[in-house]
Amino acid sequence: MPQPHDILFRTLADPTRRGIFERLCRDGEQTVGALTARAGVSQPAVSKHLGVLKQAGLVRDRHEGRQTHYSAQLGTLAPLIDWTSQMTGFWQSRFDQLEDLLKRMDQ
Amino acid sequence: MNKHADEIRSVVVEREFAFPPEKLWRALTQPHLIEEWLMKNDFKPAVGHRFNLRGDWGGVLDCEVLAIEPNKTLSYTWNHEHEDAAYNLTSVVTFTLTATSGGTHLRVEQSGFRADQPKAFGGAKFGWQKFLENLDQSLARND
Repeated sequence: MPQPHDILFRTLADPTRRGIFERLCRDGEQTVGALTARAGVSQPAVSKHLGVLKQAGLVRDRHEGRQTHYSAQLGTLAPLIDWTSQMTGFWQSRFDQLEDLLKRMDQ
Repeated sequence: MNKHADEIRSVVVEREFAFPPEKLWRALTQPHLIEEWLMKNDFKPAVGHRFNLRGDWGGVLDCEVLAIEPNKTLSYTWNHEHEDAAYNLTSVVTFTLTATSGGTHLRVEQSGFRADQPKAFGGAKFGWQKFLENLDQSLARND
């Protein structure tokens, strides 16, 4: 069963990508150009990171003239922050480990 | 989701295992076995016994055995204190074993957490707590 956590963690595992996301959280909506100026990587690289963030539902884009503006979608992080979904995932993974253990145990 | 701030919420996870209850009971109550699937611990099967569960992420859970019925029920507190009280977790975990034709049905229920404290445990087990805290601070500044 694919966990929504996995996609979020994979997406945010990259420090540059996480930095871009954090900047959007902190400073609000921004253009690719503004993000590039502070990201320390090229504009195509920033665009690629934004594409991955968009796919994970972590950012939304808005076209205005020739500019694309990006903003953070914080609701997407709910599974990481909401304890009920977190603990459900926790117990499911622990049950997997319990099952492995039971197979190894004698009797 | 946030109708009543003091509403008690719970999580239930159930699974059927192809092993008898006695075997599951050992995995749930013997410290060296608990460690293999759950966490490091100093558990003893005695009501009132206080023990800790120690997670890989460095977190320590304060627990106390509340109820034991061999091969059927095990219940203990599952509390986690955080330097920021908003992240405190106060809950009770109850394992219920039911023998079935193919083995054992195991149900775990964790309850006691209040709906107005949605952030307990936030990412702690993944070591992501710091990231989420930073994010929280960023959001607080934006308000």
